[in-house]
Amino acid sequence: MPRKQVTLDANEAAAYVAHHVSEVIAIYPITPSSPMGEWADQWSSENKKNIWGTVPLVQEMQSEGGAAGTVHGALQTGSLTTTFTASQGLLLMIPNMYKIAGELTATVFHVSARALAAQGLSIFGDHADVMATRQTGWVLLCSNSVQEVMDLALVAHSATLQARLPFLHFFDGFRTSHEVMKVEQLAEEDLRALIDDNLVRAHRARGLSPDAPVMRGTAQNPDVYFQGRETVNPYYLAVPGIVQQTMDRFAQLVGRQYHLFDYVGAPDAEHVLVMMGSGAEVAQETVEYLNARGEKLGLIKVRLYRPFSVEHFAHALPATTKKIAVLDRTKEPGGAGEPLYLDVVTALVESGRAIPTIGGRYGLGSKEFTPAMVKAVFDELKHAQPKNHFTVGIKDDVTNLSLDYDPNFSTESPEMVRAMFYGLGADGTVGANKNSIKIIGEETDAFAQGYFVYDSKKSGSMTTSHLRFGPKPIHSSYLIRAANFIAVHQFNFVEKMDVLAAAEPGAVFLLNSPYGKDEVWDRLPRLAQKQIIAKQLKFYVIDAYAVAKETGMGTRINTIMQTCFFAISGVLPREEAIAAIKHAIEKTYGKRGEAVVAKNFEAVDKTLANLYPVSVPTQVTSQFDLRPPVPAQAPAFVQKVTAPMIAGLGDDLPVSAMPADGTYPTGTTQWERRNIALEIPVWDDKTCIQCGKCVLVCPHAVIRAKVYDEKYLANAPATFKSTTARWKDYATMKYTLQVAPEDCTGCSLCVEVCPAKNKSEVKLKAINMADVLPIREAEKANWEFFKQLPDLDRSKLSVGLVKDSQLLEPLFEFSGACAGCGETPYIKLVTQLFGDRAIIANATGCSSIYSGNLPTTPYTANRDGRGPAWSNSLFEDNAEFGLGMRLTLDKRLEYAAELLRAASATVGAELAEAILNADQTNEAGILQQRGRVQLLKEKLRGVNTPQAKELISIADVLVKKSVWIIGGDGWAYDIGYGGLDHVLASGRNVNVMVLDTEVYSNTGGQMSKSTPRAAVAKFAAGGKPLAKKDLGMLAMTYGNIYVARIAMGANDAQTIRALLEAEAYDGPALIIAYAHCIAHGFDLAKGLDQQKLAVQAGHWPLFRYNPTLVKEGKNPFLLDSKAPSIPIDKYVYNETRYTMLTQSNEEAAERLLKLAQADVETRWKMYEKMAQG
Amino acid sequence: MPDLSTTYLGLKLKNPIVPSPSPLMQKLDNIKRMEDAGAGALVLHSLFEEQIMQASQLLDHYLDLGAESFAEALSYFPEAESYNLGPEGYLEHIRRAKETVGVPVIASLNGVSTGGWVEYARQIEQAGADALELNMYYLAADPSQTGAQVEQMYLDLVRQVKAYIRIPVAVKLGSSFTALANFAQQLATAGAGGLVLFNRFYQPDLDLDNLEVVSNLNLSSSVELRLRLRWAGILYGRINTDLAITGGVHTGTDALKCMMAGARVAMIASVMLEHGIGRVRTLLADMARWMDEHEYASVQQMQGSMSQKAVAYPAAFERANYLKVLRTYKSPL
Repeated sequence: MPRKQVTLDANEAAAYVAHHVSEVIAIYPITPSSPMGEWADQWSSENKKNIWGTVPLVQEMQSEGGAAGTVHGALQTGSLTTTFTASQGLLLMIPNMYKIAGELTATVFHVSARALAAQGLSIFGDHADVMATRQTGWVLLCSNSVQEVMDLALVAHSATLQARLPFLHFFDGFRTSHEVMKVEQLAEEDLRALIDDNLVRAHRARGLSPDAPVMRGTAQNPDVYFQGRETVNPYYLAVPGIVQQTMDRFAQLVGRQYHLFDYVGAPDAEHVLVMMGSGAEVAQETVEYLNARGEKLGLIKVRLYRPFSVEHFAHALPATTKKIAVLDRTKEPGGAGEPLYLDVVTALVESGRAIPTIGGRYGLGSKEFTPAMVKAVFDELKHAQPKNHFTVGIKDDVTNLSLDYDPNFSTESPEMVRAMFYGLGADGTVGANKNSIKIIGEETDAFAQGYFVYDSKKSGSMTTSHLRFGPKPIHSSYLIRAANFIAVHQFNFVEKMDVLAAAEPGAVFLLNSPYGKDEVWDRLPRLAQKQIIAKQLKFYVIDAYAVAKETGMGTRINTIMQTCFFAISGVLPREEAIAAIKHAIEKTYGKRGEAVVAKNFEAVDKTLANLYPVSVPTQVTSQFDLRPPVPAQAPAFVQKVTAPMIAGLGDDLPVSAMPADGTYPTGTTQWERRNIALEIPVWDDKTCIQCGKCVLVCPHAVIRAKVYDEKYLANAPATFKSTTARWKDYATMKYTLQVAPEDCTGCSLCVEVCPAKNKSEVKLKAINMADVLPIREAEKANWEFFKQLPDLDRSKLSVGLVKDSQLLEPLFEFSGACAGCGETPYIKLVTQLFGDRAIIANATGCSSIYSGNLPTTPYTANRDGRGPAWSNSLFEDNAEFGLGMRLTLDKRLEYAAELLRAASATVGAELAEAILNADQTNEAGILQQRGRVQLLKEKLRGVNTPQAKELISIADVLVKKSVWIIGGDGWAYDIGYGGLDHVLASGRNVNVMVLDTEVYSNTGGQMSKSTPRAAVAKFAAGGKPLAKKDLGMLAMTYGNIYVARIAMGANDAQTIRALLEAEAYDGPALIIAYAHCIAHGFDLAKGLDQQKLAVQAGHWPLFRYNPTLVKEGKNPFLLDSKAPSIPIDKYVYNETRYTMLTQSNEEAAERLLKLAQADVETRWKMYEKMAQG
Repeated sequence: MPDLSTTYLGLKLKNPIVPSPSPLMQKLDNIKRMEDAGAGALVLHSLFEEQIMQASQLLDHYLDLGAESFAEALSYFPEAESYNLGPEGYLEHIRRAKETVGVPVIASLNGVSTGGWVEYARQIEQAGADALELNMYYLAADPSQTGAQVEQMYLDLVRQVKAYIRIPVAVKLGSSFTALANFAQQLATAGAGGLVLFNRFYQPDLDLDNLEVVSNLNLSSSVELRLRLRWAGILYGRINTDLAITGGVHTGTDALKCMMAGARVAMIASVMLEHGIGRVRTLLADMARWMDEHEYASVQQMQGSMSQKAVAYPAAFERANYLKVLRTYKSPL
C-alpha cells in the first residue's frame, strides 16, 4: 500500500500516532515535548477523530504531576490515555508511574528525552530523565529517528494493550524531537490493524465502575506487600516476546522490520558498539563508512531497554565479538558505570560471554555527537587496555576521561546537498527553510533533513539552519560540518563570526548584503576574504532588505533568500523551484489572506533580478579582522570562559574551565555588547523634563540618568551631553541621560513613554530613535564616561518618587529578554530599590532564562560589590525555595543577635544595642547599620574566641536583607500555586513578585489560569472560555498578606509605592505585575499604552491591600484605579490574542467578549465595595 | 397622502429616504428596523479593501512575531484552521440583509487596488446587492499629481467596475474637484448611474493637551446641506445620471429641499445616530404633511423643481450667491 510521504519532526510524528489511538490526553507544556501536546490539542480543537471515529478529549493540567494523576485516573476508569513530557516533567510523574505499572495498566507516555537540571538547567537532549524512570516498572522503548518515532509509537500503543504494562516511548529531545525529516506516514489503516479492539475492550473492562465495583490502591502490610510485588513477574517476562511480535506484525504490514536489539555492521565484527537514541544513527553511518573501508565493526541499537532481554541481546551480538563499547547519554555520578553499560555487562555475564567491555558518556545536554567521535570510540577499542568510563565529545582535563578525536574526520557523502543558513529569528529564515525541506521532500525523490539551532537570547537571536538533501536515507543526526552551500542572511554576522568555517572547497556562499557586488568585497573581514579565495567559493550577493522593503515584506527576508537558495543551489530546476515556492507560499500563508500571499509572490518575482555573482579577487585586501567577542578590559573569567561561549566556541572549553558547582560570576552581560539595534534613542536635553520615565521602562537598562557635580565634566567627550538638573535640592548640579549604544535592542518603549514634546516639531520628543551607525562610536565613548560618573548618595533620594528612583543604579542590565519586554522593567526596579541587599529565588520560565541563561547574565553588582544574589531551583517549588532562603536569614539573624548580646561587653553595649534596635526601614537607616556592622566586625577581629569568630562570619545578616521570589503566572497560578499558598500563609517576610503575562510565555504561549476569558492561547485555540483566576483576592482572604496589583504603564508611582510597602511589610507580600508580552501579539513599543488601557477597561484594577492599615483602624484595601471608563474591546482588540478569535470564530469572540465585559463589571463592583469598607 | 415614491439607479423606491452607511448598518436588527420605519432603500456600510489587507497583514505579522527565534517557543499562537479575513463576512451580511428586508439593498465599496475594486464589486453583485455605491475616497495630497490625473483615476475605475458587473453603480464623491460639473458629466459617461453628493470625511483636529492630531467624524448638521443643494441644483438636468444627496439631511424639510434641488433620494445617517432609527418615520411624516399642506401630489412632481435650470435666478447657485449673502449685511461704511 503506498503511503503518504510527509516532512515533519518527531514531536508531530509521535503526536500523530498518539492522537489517533487515544481517548483522553492530559497535557502540560515542557520543552522539548510541548509541541506534542500542542498538536494533540490543535487536532482535537479541529475535531480530528481517532481511529474509533471520536475526537480525543485533551485536558491541560497545572503541572506534569497533575497530568500524571489525571492520566492515572483516566486509566483507572478504562480510557485509552496518553501524555507527553520531558525532563523535570517526567520526574514529577514518577510517583504515579509506579502506581500505573504496579496496577498493570496499559498506556504510553511519549517523552522527548532531555537533560535534568543539576549544576545548571539544560533544555537540551540526553537520557537523564528517562534513566530516572527505569526502576518504575515501565517498559522503555527508544526511537532513534523521526521515522522510527512514528513507527515505534504505534508499536508501543499496540504492545501495551497486550502486555498490560505501561510504555514509555522516548526519543532524543531536540535532535530527534525537532529534526524535520521526510518520512512515510502511517495510514489510518495501519493504526487500525495494529490496535486490537478486543484488547481495548479488555482494558476498558478493567476500569473502575460502580456497576461492577472493585477497589485498587489498598494499603498492604508486611505480611503480603512483598508477595504482591512479585505477582507481576510473568507480565515482564512476556514483554520482550510481545514487543517483538508486534514489531514483526508491523513489518509485515508496513515493511520496516525492527528488533528489540537491531544489529548493524559486519556479520563478523570484532568490535561492537552498543547504544540507543539519535547517536545510534550517527554510529550506523560511521560503521557503514568504516566497514566500506575495510574495518569489521558492528553496532547494536537498543530499542527495548526495559525490560532488558538478556536473551535477545545475546542473540543480536555477533559470535565474533571481541570487544564492546557501550555509550550512555546520561551520567550517574558515583555509580559503577552508567545504566546501559551496567545492563550490557550484566547481560554478558548472565549469558556466559566474557567479552571485555568499556563504557562511556557522550552527548549530554545535546552535546554534538559526530562520526569523528564514533570513530574515536572504535579506535579506543583497538588499544590493548582501552579506557573505561570515558567521555567523548569534550575535553576533560580534570579527570582525563575524555577520548581524543579527529574533528576533521567526516563521513559526509559528496552526493548530499549540505546547506547551512545563518539568520535572525526575526527574519524568518527557519520558517523558509522548513518550507524548503517540504518543497524538496514533496517535489522530488530526495531524502530531506532539517535541524535548527537557536541561540539563548530572546531578542536579536541568531538561528542556524542545517539542511541535507540526498538520494539515500539520511542518518546524519549531527550538525553540518562541511557545507557545500552557506547562506548568511545578516551581513553583520560576517563581521563577528567565522561563518565560512564549515564551507568546503567550491561551496556556494550567498550573502545578504547592503553593499553591491562591486563594493561588498572591501566590506569583508580578512578571515572571510581568505576563506573565499582559499576555498574557491562561488560568492553571490543580494540586498534582500531592499527587495523586502520594495515588496512590503518589511524585515522578513525569508522568501527572498529562499528563492536565492533554489536559484543557485540547483536542487531543483529554476522554474520548477519558483513554482514550488509559490505553491508553498499559498499553502503556508493562504489562510492569512490574499494580501500576504501577494506580497510574498512579489518578493519571489523581484528576487532574481537583484541576485548577483561576485567576482572574487585573488588577493586578501581587507584591513580588519573579526570583532573580538568581549573587550580587552573584561575580567579574566569572562575572557577565558564567557568569551568563547559568545563566539560560538563553547564546545572547545575544557572541563577545567567550568565552575564545578555551577556558581558563576554576575554582571557579565555588560561585556557581551550585542549591537543588535538598528536604531537607538538619542537624548534631546533641551526638551527633556527629567521625569525618569524612560529610564524606568527601559527593559534592558540601557537608558540611565545621573545627577552629578559639574566638576566631573572636565574630561567629558566632545559629544557628551549635560544640562542643569531639575531638582530643587540639586539645582546647581548637572544631569545627563545616557544610552548604552551597544546594548540597546531598539524597542523604542522609551520614546513611546516620553511625555515631553519638542515645541517646534511635536513629532520629536525628549528622546528619539536615530540610526545607530553614525553615532555608535561617539556614544560608546559617552557611555564609558557616563559609567564612571559618581552616583548620588541613595540615602538622600526620595526613592518613592519616580524621578528620584531612576537615579538609583539598576543592578539588572542588558538581559536577553525580548525587545520591549514587559517583565524586566519590574525586576530592574526591584534591583534599583533593594538590589544591594536582595536574594532572589526565580521560578523557571522566561525570567529564569533571561536572568540565568549562559553565556552572559544580567544581574550585577554596584561599586561596593553588592548586588542581587540569584538562584533558580525548579519551576514548581520557587515559593518554597525562596522561603528556605528566608528561613536561613531568620535563623541566622536570631543566632547573630544571640551572639551579639553575649558579646555586648566586648564590643560595647551601645554599639550592640544600636545594631539590635536599628531602624532599617529606609535607605539612611540601612546605610547607618552597614557602618555599625562594619565597626562590629572590626572590634571583633581582635577577639580570639569561637563566639567572636562565629559572629564575624554571620554579622552581615544584621543588615536587613530582602528576599524576592520571582516568577511568571504559569508558576504562581498553576504549577507552583500550592507552594505559593503555603509560603504566603507562613507569615514569613518574603516578597513575591508575579510577572503576569497571562500565558506560559517561555514555552510559547500556552494557557495558564491567569489567561483572561476570550483570549486565544495554545490549549485554548477557541478562546479561553473561563475567567482569569483572581490570585490577589485569594491571597487577601488570609488577612495578613500584603497584596498589590500593579501596572507600571498605567501608574508608575503606584508601582513604586507598592514595591516599597511590600518590602517594608514585615510579613509575606504578593505583588502581581501586569507584564505585556510578545505572546500577546502586538507592537511591544505600545506596551505601556496597553497597560493603561487594561486598567481603564477594568481588566486590571490597581490596588494595594496593606494589613498594617488594620492596626491603624483603617481599611486595608486601597483601590488605586478608577472605575472602568472604556469598554473592554477598546483594550483587548489591540492584541492578536483576542483579534484572532474574531477572525477564526466571530460568534465565539462576540460571546466571550460579552462575558469578559461582565467579568470586569462584577469584579469592579466587588472591589469597590471592599474599598468602601 | 401624497405619492412619495421615487426611482434611483433604475430601482423603484417607495420613498426617497435612504439610510446611508453608518455603523448602524452592521447589525441586521437595525436594518430591519430601518425598513420597518419606512426607509425606501438602504446603503450598507462600506467594504474597505484596505481594511481587509491590513487585517491580513497584521495577523501575518503578529503570528510570526517572535516565532522561530527561541528553542523553547517556536511560535506563540495556535494556528486556526482558517481565518475570516477576506470579504466573506461582508458578503454574508449582504445575503442576510437581502433575506431580512424587502427594500433595495445597495452595497458600498472602498477599494485600494484596481484588482480589488473589480473583484470585490463582482463578489458583491454575486452576493445579491441591488446596486453598488463606489465610495471613492482619495485625498490628492501629492503636489506632483494633477487634477486631470486624479479625475482619470476615478473614471478608469468606474469603467473597469462597470465592465465586470451588471447591477447599477453609483459614485459617492467628495466635493473638492476643480470642475465638478464637467467631472460629473464624465463620470456619467463612464457608466455611473448615480452620483452621491457628497462624502463626508474624517477631519483632523489638534489636541493641544497632548500635542496630537485627532481625527474623527462629527455628526452632520443641516448647515452642510447647502453645499449639496448647490451642486444637485446645478447638475440636475445637465448630466444623464441620478443624483443623491447625503450629508446634512436631518428633517423632512431638508429632504424636500433635496428633492426640489433635483436629487432622487435623500440619504440620512447622523440623524439616526443622534435620534434613533425611528426618526425615518418622522422625516417621512413631515414630508407628507408638508406636501399635503402645499398640495404636492408626488415627490416626482417636485424633483428638480428648484434646480438651477428651474429657478428664476439661476445665478443664485453660482458665484452670485456669495455676493448676495454679503449684501444681506448692512455695510458700516
